[in-house]
Amino acid sequence: MTDAMTGETCRLSIAITNPQGFHMRPMQAFVETACRFACEVSVGIADKQPVNGKSMWGLLSLGAEQGMKIIIETTGDGAAEALKALAEVVERAYDEVPEPPA
Amino acid sequence: MELKRGIPVSPGVAIATALVVETEGVRIQRRTVDKSLIAAEIAQLRMALTKASADARENQNAISAKLGKQYGAIFAAHALLIDDPELVREIEQMIAQQNNSAEYAVSLVMRRHAKALESMNQPIFSTRSSDILDIEKSILKHLVGEQGDPLQNLREPVVILAHDLTPSQTANLNPKMVYAFATEAGGKASHTAIMAGVLEIPAVVGLGRLLTDVSGGDEVIVDGDRGIVIVNPDPETRERYLVLQKQSVSFARRLDELRDLPAETKDGTRALLMGNIEFPQEGPHCTDRGADGVGLYRTEFLYLNKTSEPDENEQYEAYLAVLRAMGPAKPVVIRTMDLGADKLFQVGDNHPHEKNPSLGVRSIRLCLRNLAMFKTQLRAILRASPFGDVRIMFPMVSTLMELRQCKMILADVKEELEEEGYAYNRKLPVGTMIEVPSAALMAEEMAKEVNFFSIGTNDLIQYTLAADRTNENVASLYNAGDPAVVRLIDRVIQAAIKHSIEVCVCGEMSGDPIYTMLLLGLGLRQLSMTPQNIPEIKKIIRSITIEEAKQVAQEAKRFETARDVNNYLREQTRRILPEVVVN
Repeated sequence: MTDAMTGETCRLSIAITNPQGFHMRPMQAFVETACRFACEVSVGIADKQPVNGKSMWGLLSLGAEQGMKIIIETTGDGAAEALKALAEVVERAYDEVPEPPA
Repeated sequence: MELKRGIPVSPGVAIATALVVETEGVRIQRRTVDKSLIAAEIAQLRMALTKASADARENQNAISAKLGKQYGAIFAAHALLIDDPELVREIEQMIAQQNNSAEYAVSLVMRRHAKALESMNQPIFSTRSSDILDIEKSILKHLVGEQGDPLQNLREPVVILAHDLTPSQTANLNPKMVYAFATEAGGKASHTAIMAGVLEIPAVVGLGRLLTDVSGGDEVIVDGDRGIVIVNPDPETRERYLVLQKQSVSFARRLDELRDLPAETKDGTRALLMGNIEFPQEGPHCTDRGADGVGLYRTEFLYLNKTSEPDENEQYEAYLAVLRAMGPAKPVVIRTMDLGADKLFQVGDNHPHEKNPSLGVRSIRLCLRNLAMFKTQLRAILRASPFGDVRIMFPMVSTLMELRQCKMILADVKEELEEEGYAYNRKLPVGTMIEVPSAALMAEEMAKEVNFFSIGTNDLIQYTLAADRTNENVASLYNAGDPAVVRLIDRVIQAAIKHSIEVCVCGEMSGDPIYTMLLLGLGLRQLSMTPQNIPEIKKIIRSITIEEAKQVAQEAKRFETARDVNNYLREQTRRILPEVVVN
């Protein structure tokens, strides 16, 4: 998926540690972060086709559960910086939504 | 093709286009637009997406303020999903390339995503598909508006698919347009299921996840005999079901020919076949099948789902409706309220918890403790009595004392009506259900107190064998052919004959063809059953002689186990009428 014209491609493999998997809220933070950068962001998982990291629907379709590894790949302007920010989002411990008040 | 299994609650087979009814009533019917209007359709879509996204953001703020940021974030995610350029592209393609309307394209794409998520088989992700349905609804709201009841004003035949239908929604379905329905939720005893039977719409409930697999416009088969729903059948399956659909119609037609013929044995013994009904609308189902009357009019519907007791006039009208349908000459046996305390409005609230409700304060026991409520029902029944052959029946009587109490209260109510100047039938026949073993054992004494017996086999079997048939671990004990049950029924019939009172069987046993010869042979001349079963039972009666039936009963009484009794009866039924379906 490397775009030869822009040159810079960064890649990182991270394990999902959250018991609820890569769920709605980290996904939302991930997409919001990715959209702040001009570079392309793709996210892949073992045997699945990588998806657009700026698309919630794409990330949803990955079905990344706890223990799985996701591969983030950024290509283009600010790729390295974007990758660092995105890795932080994935690694950040998300407090689970507590039970709603009765 | 996709096959789902659920609980069959109303027989019949139907094939038609799916109409998906969302819980909140948004309808997504297939609609195509002219090529020249595609640009306009896409503009509409974009506007709807913008508005839906703004709604989600608004929700995010409101919920964050109210419950905390982490809850609001869920709606931020919704907004992102709605704004997602990939989603927009996907929906626009559906419009531009296939001429689909914006709302139909939205529903197609959303279903595709929801289904993909569910197929991952991860509980966490599958719960997310409800988020998708939520998003879909919020977009559709801006495309088709908040609609009224989508079930009204149907213009073409459909099969309705829904998460659940309320009894009132079901009750208002138009059987001419709604060929069948299938729901994700629901069980055999739900009122939705019962209403489907009433309307004679084939129905399957309790299917589990279904809606995510279907788009409005898909072809769907509902097999209410086997509890199967098939979405987009392959050509072979479709062909098979078209044949089945025709066959069931022709079998029904053959039985229909029996409608005006009496239920009479070959040697001229006449039996009365009556219908069991639950709602006033079912009266015509009995007359349509040539029923000799209504042998059991359940009145629980008057009390269920109510916040207060039904008033006298409401009940009176409900009774009159059935009398009008049956005409002045055919008997209508009205059973007084037969519910547990837990099912009742104010009574339920201050009712102590029961460890064992089926042996607790229910049915007549509850009525005898709530005299005002009981008397209201008796007044309504008595006031309806001049307008037909009304009979009154008390359920779950277990002792003579209870029966005498009921009769005393009835006498009180008659006196009141007399004073108030209301007309009623002074000779109103009074009967008791025999559904508790103690009552069956005391049948001789009970017979002296009443004009008729009605044997409620469902409860009689349950209490005799001490087995709840909905509990799968003991359900096999529950058996109408059990010798203990047969002996009790025999005893009750003989007591009735001895004291020259009428006796009827009104449990499910009476509609099961394998027991027809046995019951007739024991001396029974009245059976009351689900109206749909009348033609088949009539066919059996018209195919035998009373001597044959007596021999079958004699023989059946000699067996010592339920299995032997049933095997024998099955064999005899097949011999008489091979085409009858014997389970």
